[in-house]
Amino acid sequence: MWQWLVRLYHRLGSPKWFYEMTERWIFWLALAAGGSAIVGLVLGLLYAPADYQQGDSFRIIYIHVPAALLAQSAYMMMAVAGAVYLIWRMKMAAWVAKVIAPVGAAFCLIALLTGAIWGKPTWGTWWVWDARLTSMLMLLFLYFGVMALQQAMESEEASYKAGAILALVGLVNIPIIKYSVEWWNTLHQPATLKLTEKPSMHPDMLWPLLIMIVSTYLFFALVVILRTRNEILWHERKRQWVRKILES
Amino acid sequence: MEFSSLAEFIAMGKHGFYVWLSYGLTAVIIAFVVMQPILHRRRLLKEQAQRLRREKRNAPSA
Repeated sequence: MWQWLVRLYHRLGSPKWFYEMTERWIFWLALAAGGSAIVGLVLGLLYAPADYQQGDSFRIIYIHVPAALLAQSAYMMMAVAGAVYLIWRMKMAAWVAKVIAPVGAAFCLIALLTGAIWGKPTWGTWWVWDARLTSMLMLLFLYFGVMALQQAMESEEASYKAGAILALVGLVNIPIIKYSVEWWNTLHQPATLKLTEKPSMHPDMLWPLLIMIVSTYLFFALVVILRTRNEILWHERKRQWVRKILES
Repeated sequence: MEFSSLAEFIAMGKHGFYVWLSYGLTAVIIAFVVMQPILHRRRLLKEQAQRLRREKRNAPSA
């Protein structure tokens, strides 16, 4: 088991191996992400019953919740990749942290925008400075901060290190986001999905949400792979194996 | 099916503006997130292939 992990680590650390391996994944990931998004959206927009309190505005949940979950997961992945870079100096980890940042920020922005738009008909206001909304806005600024640091310094290594350190420090915001709806009085409704409890939602409403969450994670994997391959091409542009790709 | 006509679907029970604004903005951001790496790859391959050709041309004289 341990040896297998060590081997996987060395392979993942090899840009060439990653580039060649993911060549075959792109098509299937795109198909799975696109297909599940279509199924999830058709079920969520056409077949899920309207909410008895919120009416049809609740259908925003099918983009809002997956985007918010992904924005937080992506942040944690970015921090872990940053830690791997800090500890073992793995270049691939630094590139992955760098490509995750703007994608995570985009999903954080989607969560904030759709949340504001959903808030208007539900709470009567686009924005309140409550704990959940404020901590999500903090997450967006943390992403911007990490992105800025990752290209702030003259040496690439120093920039990656600075970005990784901020990403790790910013991790404290993640449990704050999660428990914000329990610790403070807030307009935001408590979690719709809990791992430890049976969902309170009607299955016809719940299934499209689960499908959209899976779709969002697949899409994220696809985009991170595409962007990491670009980083590899750029950083390895003078290597023989990239030369062959360029000449073909 | 929850809606009996296209007009009803678009209206989203008076919440059409909010629902479609959310989905529209998301679509724009998602499109940008996908297109950016695809266009970047194209530009990268083109520029590096050019660099390689240039280097080859200059190599014999150097």
